[in-house]
Amino acid sequence: MMSTDSSARAEQPVVLADGLAKAYGEVRALQGVSFSIPAGSVVGFLGPNGAGKTTAIKILTGSLAADAGRASICGYDVERDAQAARASIGYLPENNPLYPEMRVDRFLRFAWEAQRTDGQSETREQAIERVVEATGLAMVFRRAIGNCSKGYRQRVGFAQALLHDPPLLILDEPTNGLDPLQVVEIRELIRQLGRTKTVLLTTHVLPEVEALADRVVLIHQGRKVADDSLDRLSAAGEGRLIQLSVQAPPAALEAVLQGFGAEIVQLRPGAFGSADSTRALLRVERFDAAQLAALSQAVQEAGLALLELAPHAGGLESLFQGLDRHAPVGEEAVQ
Amino acid sequence: MKRALLLARRECAAAFDSPIAYVVLATLPVLTALFFFVLGGFFAEGRADLRSFFALLPLVLILIAPAITMRMWAEERRSGTEELLFSYPFRVRDLVLGKWLGALALLALALLATGLVPLTVAWLGPLDWGPVWGGYLGALLLGGACLAAGLFLSALTSNQIVAWLLGVLLLAALNLPSLLLPFVPVSSGTARVLLAVDLRERFQGLARGVLAFGDLAYFLGFTALFLCLMGLVLENRRFR
Ligand SMILES: Nc1ncnc2c1ncn2[C@@H]1O[C@H](COP(=O)(O)OP(=O)(O)O)[C@@H](O)[C@H]1O
Ligand SMILES: [Mg+2]
Repeated sequence: MMSTDSSARAEQPVVLADGLAKAYGEVRALQGVSFSIPAGSVVGFLGPNGAGKTTAIKILTGSLAADAGRASICGYDVERDAQAARASIGYLPENNPLYPEMRVDRFLRFAWEAQRTDGQSETREQAIERVVEATGLAMVFRRAIGNCSKGYRQRVGFAQALLHDPPLLILDEPTNGLDPLQVVEIRELIRQLGRTKTVLLTTHVLPEVEALADRVVLIHQGRKVADDSLDRLSAAGEGRLIQLSVQAPPAALEAVLQGFGAEIVQLRPGAFGSADSTRALLRVERFDAAQLAALSQAVQEAGLALLELAPHAGGLESLFQGLDRHAPVGEEAVQ
Repeated sequence: MKRALLLARRECAAAFDSPIAYVVLATLPVLTALFFFVLGGFFAEGRADLRSFFALLPLVLILIAPAITMRMWAEERRSGTEELLFSYPFRVRDLVLGKWLGALALLALALLATGLVPLTVAWLGPLDWGPVWGGYLGALLLGGACLAAGLFLSALTSNQIVAWLLGVLLLAALNLPSLLLPFVPVSSGTARVLLAVDLRERFQGLARGVLAFGDLAYFLGFTALFLCLMGLVLENRRFR
């Protein structure tokens, strides 16, 4: 690889997703999701079950083709440069699928060979030694995977993802189904890995993001509804938050707010169980009667019916809990 | 090719980690020997040749070939490991060839085990080994074709039993013309067409030691067709 090429890649975000959309028949699992992840960050992909997290992950890892939109990993397009993109990812799929009859050591050898690329600095046995050390697998090294405890199986899943020392780790619900002690252990492992790698992890539980991530991408019903650093989302900090709902589609409200100078933290369709309404969360500099009056006037001048205009306590928890769990008409209900 | 061989090795090892390999390795020799010595009338005829052995082999393969391939995709899909496999930098042709070569290696082992039959016959009387080698070469070609079809069907479902049944049905259908035509009055044109796709009929030529281009092309084409179809199914998996 030429040096100009690699330095250009180094400046690329590790993950770049642009307008990803995917429908399974009638179910619109992703409806235009964009985000980018710079090198070195730990990003939590948060959303209730059925939000579309796994669908997005499968597009990034190449096992699913998007209906629309583009994605790249370390500058490699997931469609056109599929091999190179995949080689940059260490992937722990949802539910950690493994071959139960295979022994841990044999599986790791297979996984290393399967992911082998030219110009590797480590031999197979060196790589295996490194990941066994990193994930604490020595105890079960020669055991059949199916005979390992769930916690150890999870570590095997991590180990195969780390074999090629990839710059990016994608972990789909890495602690789902583990007991509390195992959750603590696996989170510690992720924290360690996050020091040297870019990590994208998905979860449907809030504490996971709070424990691990420095940025959160909140997705709901196939749309991104918030994307910010954990600090900014959690602290009432700089500025104040206002929640605003109107009886109009998101685009109409966005047009009004753009002229207003307020930062849109969240904008999503569906308020009060109505499909053709929109709820927005705004960050404003000042928070006083004049500000509220100006907002309500702007909305009404644009001819939008105002449903709600209130201060918002802020915090990721209220954002997450406030998600409309009743799917708008015409979309699949969220479990 | 390296990755295909890697996958083939894993498939073989996986078969030996499950009962499948042992069942196949036991069943193929036992069934063929049983058919040959007991039902095939070997002792009644008192001739030291293997004609009826090779006449029966395609029928045994109807059951055995889909048993080898039934889990190869269906189980990956059911357990979700295909997600892992697809995330590794395999190309579709590595996956297709790897699975097929793994299945073929297992079948070759089972065929090796049936070698007891010709050895027994050679011990009982003078055996002309020429047609035996031809028969085994033909059996590999026929088996490779059956395995390709079985793998394709396995890629269509997440249920091993369904994959096996579909395989048995397809292979049985492709053996029917040569079995039934003697008893069914059809025009000779129809019969020719039906026999042209009949696996057993094609195989008999090879088993007699006649290496006809048509038969060879049929088996290779059949295999290539189903391997390509399997590749298409895998490609399309990404467009759910
Ligand atoms: N293979 C599939 N066929 C049909 N619908 C699917 C399939 N996979 C996921 N879905 C649906 O797509 C939506 C998003 O699913 P998913 O991406 O798995 O969400 P998450 O990982 O956030 O729980 C859900 O409504 C789910 O039921
Ligand atoms: Mg999921």
